[in-house]
Amino acid sequence: MNILETKNLYKSFGALTAVGDVTLKVEEGALVSVIGPNGAGKTTLFNLISGKYMPDKGAVFLRGENITGFPAHMLVKKGLGRSFQITNIFPELTVRTNVCVALSARLKKSFDCLHSLGASRDILKEADSIIESVGLSEYRDYKGSALSHGDRKLLEFGLVLAIKPVVMLLDEPTCGMNQEETNNTVRLIKEITKERNITVILTEHDIDLVFSISDRIAVLDQGLLIAEGTPGEIRTNDLVKKAYLGADA
Amino acid sequence: MEATNLKRSRLTDLCSVIVAALLLIYPLVLSRFYSALMIEILTMGLFALSFNLMFGYAGMLSFGQATFYGIGAYTTALFLKYIAPSLALAMLSCMAVSFVAAVLIGSICVRFTKTYFIMLTVAFGEIFYYIGNSWVSLTGGDDGLVGIPISRIAIPGLPAIDLQDIRVYYYFTLLVVAIAAFVLRVIVASRFGYVLRAIRENRDRAEFLGLNIRRHLLLCYAIAGLFAGLAGALTVPFEGMVSLETLHFTKSADPIIMSVLGGTRFFLGPLVGAALFILTKDTIQNLAELWMLWMGIIFVAIVLFLPGGVVGFIASLGGFRHRTSENVEKNEGTKSSEYTGDQEPL
Repeated sequence: MNILETKNLYKSFGALTAVGDVTLKVEEGALVSVIGPNGAGKTTLFNLISGKYMPDKGAVFLRGENITGFPAHMLVKKGLGRSFQITNIFPELTVRTNVCVALSARLKKSFDCLHSLGASRDILKEADSIIESVGLSEYRDYKGSALSHGDRKLLEFGLVLAIKPVVMLLDEPTCGMNQEETNNTVRLIKEITKERNITVILTEHDIDLVFSISDRIAVLDQGLLIAEGTPGEIRTNDLVKKAYLGADA
Repeated sequence: MEATNLKRSRLTDLCSVIVAALLLIYPLVLSRFYSALMIEILTMGLFALSFNLMFGYAGMLSFGQATFYGIGAYTTALFLKYIAPSLALAMLSCMAVSFVAAVLIGSICVRFTKTYFIMLTVAFGEIFYYIGNSWVSLTGGDDGLVGIPISRIAIPGLPAIDLQDIRVYYYFTLLVVAIAAFVLRVIVASRFGYVLRAIRENRDRAEFLGLNIRRHLLLCYAIAGLFAGLAGALTVPFEGMVSLETLHFTKSADPIIMSVLGGTRFFLGPLVGAALFILTKDTIQNLAELWMLWMGIIFVAIVLFLPGGVVGFIASLGGFRHRTSENVEKNEGTKSSEYTGDQEPL
């Protein structure tokens, strides 16, 4: 079953067509990578799916429901979580508080003016288990701003996990990491999301890694979806080679 | 580390007890003039606390908080004058009216951010100032609203409380402000309080956690309006009138200056800032004519040299975790059983 589907998504900024007519089907539980050269429209595609931009044409379906133009907080309630290319956490709050805020949001306790974040044992327990699963237990009481770049990315991943999404959009989850951190992070993401049956759509610049972890790969070039398929199919696709290596390849 | 934390918290407890004791015996020792000064500090302190709930915790800079301060004062006065001379009922109705007014005005303002938000708060402030000035039959216009009856508070079995007595009124104000500050403290320490901080820190992330940003900010705006209204109400029995100045733009600037002076990232910062502001004003006013000039210089100096405000400075001296300092980013000593949120000692 297709959990997420985009139909003829189109978005232009002035004369520039950022995303042109992208139709993409994502199966439940799959890990799909969206790749493409810089400026191919990956982030715009993410912003269209996650409701940050309104598409000029086309529609987005989540579990068969048309979610085009839904505000972000509604999309989250429908089961869509996302991370950002530029890391988005709450820097002045501790790691634990970051996660507790996310849990309060999911459990509809965000208007609770009487109880403290630690008032519910269950929430604390869940927060600590999320922090442990992303490997940040050691830094639980550190402020977000005190974490290294890579750890902030992991915290953001933890925040997205906390809202229990069915589909997770991860925009360059390893941006700015070294090779080892990148490998570890992507494997951690794959492990956790497989375990929880979360469908993942991610962008990643390390092509070798993309081929080794993805169930399917979508290739964008100049706003167009030029290929979509298993890593094996993409590897042998001529259009992809051309886009990546130039016309001579 | 545990031991130092314990020492610190004992120190804080000791300080609180001393401050409470001083506040209680204060009017018995010093003259009526100082009671009046302290009433002004407490009232403005509550006003500044209400402002800082928006600014310090939710990141909304309002230049129109006097709107609710003024609405609170006028509602209380009109209630006492035309409906019933009961201060308790007048204050309750004033809080309700301020809350509703803040919901109505806030539902428009929170749709906007940054400069647009600020300009809207200014615009609403000006609208209410204009109404206060021109609806003479209701508000007294430029002359203010006068002739407000202040009756004694009669509690069965106890001697009647005469609020006209400045010392009695001081205790009344202290009680109201203490309760209001306690309620505000509970709110900022609650889940909602931390959600506000999260929105302040990163609006995009908060929204993508499924939080409806506008609704949270609106509730914050409305609570702030309610307490600003209560602060306005407290001025009525004290001054025996409501002047048009309560709605003026400069009145909206006061809580901003007080909060920054005291420290916006500390709960008690605005209250301390109010005390500094009013005491400094009082001192300079006696010495120099251009007191605003000197106040301005002090304000600039604090912004430049003590960005955490006076409370932030004291906290950093005392070894408390200073939210803006870089070398102490870890919150130590919070056992899971005691966890209530990030450690903010003041």
